[in-house]
Amino acid sequence: MHELSIVMSIIDIAQQQAKSADAKTIDEIEIDIGCLSTVQMEAFDFAWEQAVKETILDNAIKKINRIKGKARCLDCDASFPLENIYDACPKCGQHLIDIVEGKELRVKSLIVS
Amino acid sequence: MCATCGCDTDGNVTMHEPGHHHDHNDHHSHDHQKKVVAVEKDVLNENNLLAERNRGYFEAKNILALNLVSSPGSGKTSLLERTLKDMKGELEFAVIEGDQQTTNDADRIHATGTKVVQINTGKGCHLDAHMVLHAVQGMKPKNDSVLFIENVGNLVCPAMFDLGEKERVVIISVTEGDDKPLKYPDMFYSSTLCIINKTDLLPYVPFDIEKVKANAKKVNHKLEIIELSCTNGEGLQIWYDWLKSKVLAPETV
Repeated sequence: MHELSIVMSIIDIAQQQAKSADAKTIDEIEIDIGCLSTVQMEAFDFAWEQAVKETILDNAIKKINRIKGKARCLDCDASFPLENIYDACPKCGQHLIDIVEGKELRVKSLIVS
Repeated sequence: MCATCGCDTDGNVTMHEPGHHHDHNDHHSHDHQKKVVAVEKDVLNENNLLAERNRGYFEAKNILALNLVSSPGSGKTSLLERTLKDMKGELEFAVIEGDQQTTNDADRIHATGTKVVQINTGKGCHLDAHMVLHAVQGMKPKNDSVLFIENVGNLVCPAMFDLGEKERVVIISVTEGDDKPLKYPDMFYSSTLCIINKTDLLPYVPFDIEKVKANAKKVNHKLEIIELSCTNGEGLQIWYDWLKSKVLAPETV
């Protein structure tokens, strides 16, 4: 259940940002979560519901961007979508790959008022 | 209802934050406006900053910090006990033990005469950089030493949390499934060394060592692999040589 730690970190970031923007409420929060990050979305949503209660994010709309995995083969230089970390390059079959996208886990933006 | 602050035309107020007060005598003179704040901040930023702080401390003192991760029962503590005994006098060691409860592991390490701190995470499923920072402040590991940080036995959660270590060592034992690197890819992806432990049990278990190595390499082609047994000592010398090769030579003035 590291998802709870992740949600708590998001709340901390949101609180700091709202404070420095002199905002009273957060209407919306946009978060990037890569499909190859170690976040299980059901656990994340469950942790979110419990953790945001009585915080500045309590009534905020949560917008999640799931970023699909993308890799580049270090052997043949092909770029391809990556569903699992252990998938091979579809062009040459090698596992010498570099993950380019899909590991994201960041707070992208807030709408505050 | 006002979408901006949640106040109601009949005077009922939805509070969004403790201490958030509106003057609701006048509902129609809202002067606060919506504003977009571009954040672009890694969720684990706070942990990562503390991890870098730890890393700087370790580098300055020439301490080789290793984060040992595995599922429970792979033999992390046994490997440490054996290493601490066998390498006594060759290298200086300190250990941070992470478990949800008990000081059992720290007691085992203490019995070898090594400096040790136990972190009990309570319900926590992983160590984080902040816990390690405090543990290190308390124990003050010596210059030019090796610091083993034995993480909570869990192949999932500790993968996300940088502690400031130089190397992450994932341990798997032959009594586990040889598909474990595929089932828990994140840990193998984020590690630099994989130790396959309990090789003395290979004749008794349906564990294909070549398969596990291939699976681990599928996840992380840079992963180094060492096979060993803490019980009969097979392969331990390779691990000790690896350790010695990673301890940077102290700077000479």
